[in-house]
Amino acid sequence: MKDLLSVIRDEFGKFILEVREEDLPTVIIKRDGFLEFIDFLRKEGFNHLLDLCAVDYLNYKPEKKIERFEVVYHLYSIPKRELLRVKVPIAESDCWQYSLTSFWKAANWFERECFDMFGIRFKGHPDLRRLLMPEDWEGHPLRKDYPVELPEEKEWKAYRKFKTKAKGAQ
Amino acid sequence: MSSPLIEITAKKNSSEAIVEPFYLNLGPQHPSTHGVLRLVLELDGETILRCDPVVGYLHRGVEKLAENLNYNQTIVLSDRLDYIASVANNIVFALAFEKLFNLKVPRRARLLRTIVGEMARISSHLLWLATHALDIGAMTVFLYCFRDRERLLNIFEKICGARLTHSYVRIGGVRLDFTVDIVEDLYKFTEEFPHLITEYETLIDVNRIWLKRTKDIAVVTPEEAINLGLTGPVLRGSGIPYDVRKFRPYDAYDEVEFEVPVGEKGDTYDRYRVRMIEMRQSNKIIRQCLDKLKETEGEPVLAEDSPDLLIPERVREPEPKPHPKRGFIFTGREVSVVPVGEAFASIESPKGELAVYVVSDGSNRPWRLRLRMPSFVHISAIPELTKGHMIADLIAIIGTLDVVLGDCDR
Repeated sequence: MKDLLSVIRDEFGKFILEVREEDLPTVIIKRDGFLEFIDFLRKEGFNHLLDLCAVDYLNYKPEKKIERFEVVYHLYSIPKRELLRVKVPIAESDCWQYSLTSFWKAANWFERECFDMFGIRFKGHPDLRRLLMPEDWEGHPLRKDYPVELPEEKEWKAYRKFKTKAKGAQ
Repeated sequence: MSSPLIEITAKKNSSEAIVEPFYLNLGPQHPSTHGVLRLVLELDGETILRCDPVVGYLHRGVEKLAENLNYNQTIVLSDRLDYIASVANNIVFALAFEKLFNLKVPRRARLLRTIVGEMARISSHLLWLATHALDIGAMTVFLYCFRDRERLLNIFEKICGARLTHSYVRIGGVRLDFTVDIVEDLYKFTEEFPHLITEYETLIDVNRIWLKRTKDIAVVTPEEAINLGLTGPVLRGSGIPYDVRKFRPYDAYDEVEFEVPVGEKGDTYDRYRVRMIEMRQSNKIIRQCLDKLKETEGEPVLAEDSPDLLIPERVREPEPKPHPKRGFIFTGREVSVVPVGEAFASIESPKGELAVYVVSDGSNRPWRLRLRMPSFVHISAIPELTKGHMIADLIAIIGTLDVVLGDCDR
């Protein structure tokens, strides 16, 4: 793993923002060199896309983050038995990231969910639409500025319709 | 999959072609979809051309809820994810938080966790076998499996008082120690269980209908299986011996001996065989752990500095109870003891690889709790697996993937 990280530092030096080794080897990389970097990792044997998710760092106190969002990838190499975390900071004003669907079909739903929950668009995704929430839902629930409980007038339209119907029946 | 299928069904078809595809909506209320899974199918006769799973009917927003609860309270949420094997979810939550807090779990607690984890695996596989066989048309297996699953649930009831939503595993260990009674029950169960598996196998292993319905159905090549992100018995059925218990051992899996079964062809029958062998191996693991339990008699089952835990001020007890850890009564320690950082833990749940990624900001609530659920990824693979198969085979494919919608939708 140490060798790999030093190779990464050499080859992708201009794109890499930080390399950390806390609980897991973590590479924080700019969005520009991301696809080439993933291609390189796949050739190095990281063949299993374990997880893909986003984190919203709005008003995150312990550390100053460069951008509001981070897309976090966990990659695993089944032949080498190594786990690697890749992070890509995404700005709120420029909220998109490259899609990995051309490398892994598994990325398809992960990215759809990520778009659903955080509103990060994935460039190159064949079928980007909401997954867990209804299609006409407004807002992206896992963002930090989205409340746990919505005020009544902002509730989902279909639900409000049912509620008034139920009240009428009473 | 360029245009969403639901939109097409809503539009009027204006083409003048003579042969039109037929659209069929399967679910969300359909007994063989194992929950509220909805599939929009594009058919040519009985052959599936395209399939579009629609999920989210059971979405409860666990990830959002967890951000507003403290660490211990999220364990209760985890029960409701994969409700067939809720202990597996408890374990992965606890593992992730322990990594974050740098807790060292006592050996006895690790052994107990391994036992309940494997019990959950057996009970989940039994339910899978029962419903999978029922979907395909073998009624008898269902009755046999439920008879034996009942015994495991009874043992679970003795362990923690609940049959399905256990909340047995806690951060830093487990809630209660086993009594002598439970250990005896488990010994008896492990003694008899291999014969019971043979019983199921005599019912369906060489049954001609079973073979015709499962052989060469939904063949997944090893490369495709990895590309689709499949894990667990589905991946092993394709011949890749990837098992988190072996590759990144957690709990007491590095002390026990077991084999990882793999399939050859990667069809539905292979996955069935893999799960049957896995049940035998789980039985073996439980047996070994029970033997090791004797060595650790009298040791604590909860870590010494286990945060009991990070409770908001208002729930604080006025005076500490005499045995704060044993009964898990909160005494209320200071809130700001959680380290800042992130942790990632993954386990081999009965359904596949289950992972938790947690980010902490130092407060008593997780900043972000991400759950990677196996059923979610497996359902996303259904369109690829069903291409070119018959509708009747679709039911076999949903069964063989062993999906639980509470697991998928979160």
